[in-house]
Amino acid sequence: MKSLLDWIDHRTGIRSLTREALFENIPGGSRWRYVWGSTLTFTIFIQFVTGVFLWMGYSASSGDAWESVNYIQNEMTGGWLLRGIHHWTAQLMPVLLLLHLMQVVIDGAYKAPREVNYWFGVLLLLLVLALSLTGYLLPWDQKGFWATRVATNLMNLVPFAGPEMQKLVIGGTEYGHHTLTRFFALHAGVLPGLLVLLVVGHIYLFRRHGITPAEPVIKRDAYFWPDQVFKDVVACLAVTVAVLGFVLWYHGAHLGAPADPSEPFSAARPDWYFLFLFEFLKLPFFAGENEVWGAIYIPGMAVGLICLMPFIGRWNLGHVFNVGIIFVFLGGAGALTYLAKQEDVAGENSANYLKAVLDDSRDAHRVTALAKAKGIESTALSLLKSDPKTQGARLFAQHCSSCHRYDGHDGLAVELAKADTLGQLEKRAGLTSRFFSGDAVHPDWLVRKSGTQNEWHTVRAILQAKTEGPFDVIAAAKPEEAPDAPDLKGFASRQWIRNLLDPDNYISARYFGGTTHKDGDMYKKFLNRKVRKYDAAEMKMLDAIAIALSAEAELPGQAAADQADAALIRQGIQYLEDNIGCIDCHAFGEPDPDADGPDLTGYGSRRWIIDFVKNPEHEKFYPDNNDHMPAFGVKKILTDKEIGLIADWLRGDYFEPPAADPGH
Amino acid sequence: MASAEPDTPEAAGERRGFIKFFCAFIGTLISVVPFGAGIWAYLDPLAKREGGAGDGDGFIKVTTLDAIPTDGSPAKFAVVADKVDAWNRFTNVSIGAVYLRLVDGVPKALHTICPHLGCFVDYRQGKNDFFCPCHNSNFKLDGSLAKGVSPRAMDALQIDVRNKTEVWVKFQNFQPGHSHAVPVS
Repeated sequence: MKSLLDWIDHRTGIRSLTREALFENIPGGSRWRYVWGSTLTFTIFIQFVTGVFLWMGYSASSGDAWESVNYIQNEMTGGWLLRGIHHWTAQLMPVLLLLHLMQVVIDGAYKAPREVNYWFGVLLLLLVLALSLTGYLLPWDQKGFWATRVATNLMNLVPFAGPEMQKLVIGGTEYGHHTLTRFFALHAGVLPGLLVLLVVGHIYLFRRHGITPAEPVIKRDAYFWPDQVFKDVVACLAVTVAVLGFVLWYHGAHLGAPADPSEPFSAARPDWYFLFLFEFLKLPFFAGENEVWGAIYIPGMAVGLICLMPFIGRWNLGHVFNVGIIFVFLGGAGALTYLAKQEDVAGENSANYLKAVLDDSRDAHRVTALAKAKGIESTALSLLKSDPKTQGARLFAQHCSSCHRYDGHDGLAVELAKADTLGQLEKRAGLTSRFFSGDAVHPDWLVRKSGTQNEWHTVRAILQAKTEGPFDVIAAAKPEEAPDAPDLKGFASRQWIRNLLDPDNYISARYFGGTTHKDGDMYKKFLNRKVRKYDAAEMKMLDAIAIALSAEAELPGQAAADQADAALIRQGIQYLEDNIGCIDCHAFGEPDPDADGPDLTGYGSRRWIIDFVKNPEHEKFYPDNNDHMPAFGVKKILTDKEIGLIADWLRGDYFEPPAADPGH
Repeated sequence: MASAEPDTPEAAGERRGFIKFFCAFIGTLISVVPFGAGIWAYLDPLAKREGGAGDGDGFIKVTTLDAIPTDGSPAKFAVVADKVDAWNRFTNVSIGAVYLRLVDGVPKALHTICPHLGCFVDYRQGKNDFFCPCHNSNFKLDGSLAKGVSPRAMDALQIDVRNKTEVWVKFQNFQPGHSHAVPVS
């Protein structure tokens, strides 16, 4: 063994190199404040290793980027761990960079002859930020897509060649394949290459000049090994533990819904350490043509000032000035970051922001589940776009919810965890919770007593009224106007039809209370005149009719019940045709040109809903008494595919993954 | 206050045994973490995953009897099926090819991939044999090795005629290089 080492040493001089590396003299002995450079080197090492392994699973094209990252995160064994380490280490690096910079400035380690090394450090800081910025886009999710667009659009403001630079960076005028290939090459090739060169230079110069002892020096000198190494290792261990803590807590790293140029994302924000710049640009001073000052000149001057610190430090009070400047920058950035976050969770648009975060998360989970179950034939986005559960709701909210409701909301509410007590609700609606907690509730969102169908009230109103819980909580704003068409949650289900056949329900706002139908024959001649006087036996017939009619819809969620109640359904049909007189006004089983109520054949089935939405004035439905409902198909407001998505969504006819998902 | 000289490296080297052990041990441990995560993810292909092609029994409809030459010469047919490729699931894409030929009216199927090292074997019309263009293995029409370096004959595939004319082949790939066929799994 020894002779082998001798052989190697003779040819490489490895022993003296190691000796030099380990037994560097540290004036004044080892200190905790010297660990930041080592932790940064360590994080760079982590990023290189995890980055190369991620590279083996990543595909840089706009049709595959999200898909491959989702595959890494949710399908590959250990992929979540790998991606999580890379992500959370990146989140930690700005903190370590800042600490390192502060230590260097406070200790005056930038002074002659260490200016060049200091500039290397500033360049390294900028490089790491550039790596963060380019890495943010690579998953090609909504967040990265929209936030990075803002960043690259700022390049437009660069004097002289801004638009050309922007075009070069994104590989054209629009975001696409070449944006990703270019960003990826920067992120995994150019920037890391430069980073290595600069780190080597940085460490070489650092060793050349030696450490700058923090004053006053009271302890005796020590060697790098093992005293300082020990402290460095402890700090790196702390970094590792922190990173792994985040990774385990979040099971990797969040991946938003796939990038969609046609879908707004109100929660698009840069990564947290860029938030101060983001907020800076919102200052009224930088409106209009002044923006270039906020985006480029002032940040540029700040970096310039940081670079000039070694020279400023020569003057009498220069060092104090430098330290002051660092703290002013830090304080300013901190305040701006707080403002940005504060505005997001408590500002005017905060309900929108928080809802957008939830929507994105819901879409992301949905498309992940779809991809897992069905595989992706073209892109994840097209998979999402053809999903009734999410898109049907979207279309309903856009086209139907000005009159109709879905369980009292516009169809897009996200169900949140119940609040058991008023106190719990209050806590979740509080500012602390909105800043830090995943189950935060915005005061504009809606609650109602658990297990009821009551009207929704805003959290704010409930907190004022001090009603006791438990509450169902949904993320949705209170619709501005009262509904004037039926609530379609559970449309054509047994319960929905049975409630419709109740006179009081029929003229309530949940059904036809807001329409002219409340004065129609169904109410006047049937429900009000007859049903109100029904005896128990006749009521039982109505129950059977509701079940029979609901079976016409062939709702997927009711298939088992319909099969079990086949006899009752036959009975109900008989009542419908012979006893109760439904077919006096409605067609059933065969067309009836004299009918003036909607055709009950296949009532609530996919075909029926689609035909109805296409043209409510068709002779099958409301030829003379349609109340304001547009003919969405005839007027080409919605395509057949879109109407189909709405119908499938209303009917609950969409893929649901098996309940237990061991992956999460 | 002026700092005193440290101990000589040698003196420092003799003390603090625990600290040095701690540095070496923890230093190694935390450096292994990113490699560990990376290697774990890299080994993903070894984890069993559902995949493959065709219906439950592995047979895929390739062509009809009428499309196979009646003179006994082989013809190449693409095998089209659904394919799972990492995150993608493609429907009706080519996943390989087979040679089909009629022996006394009965179809026989041979894999087109050379059992030597996986090149695509050509059918040579003039010589009426199979020839691998990579390492010159020469196979007879029934797939047996005429001469060359291939360790085994061309891989025969199970074949099934359904509904009188449909030719179904149990398409699977085999590991090259062995003297007997081992399915790739």
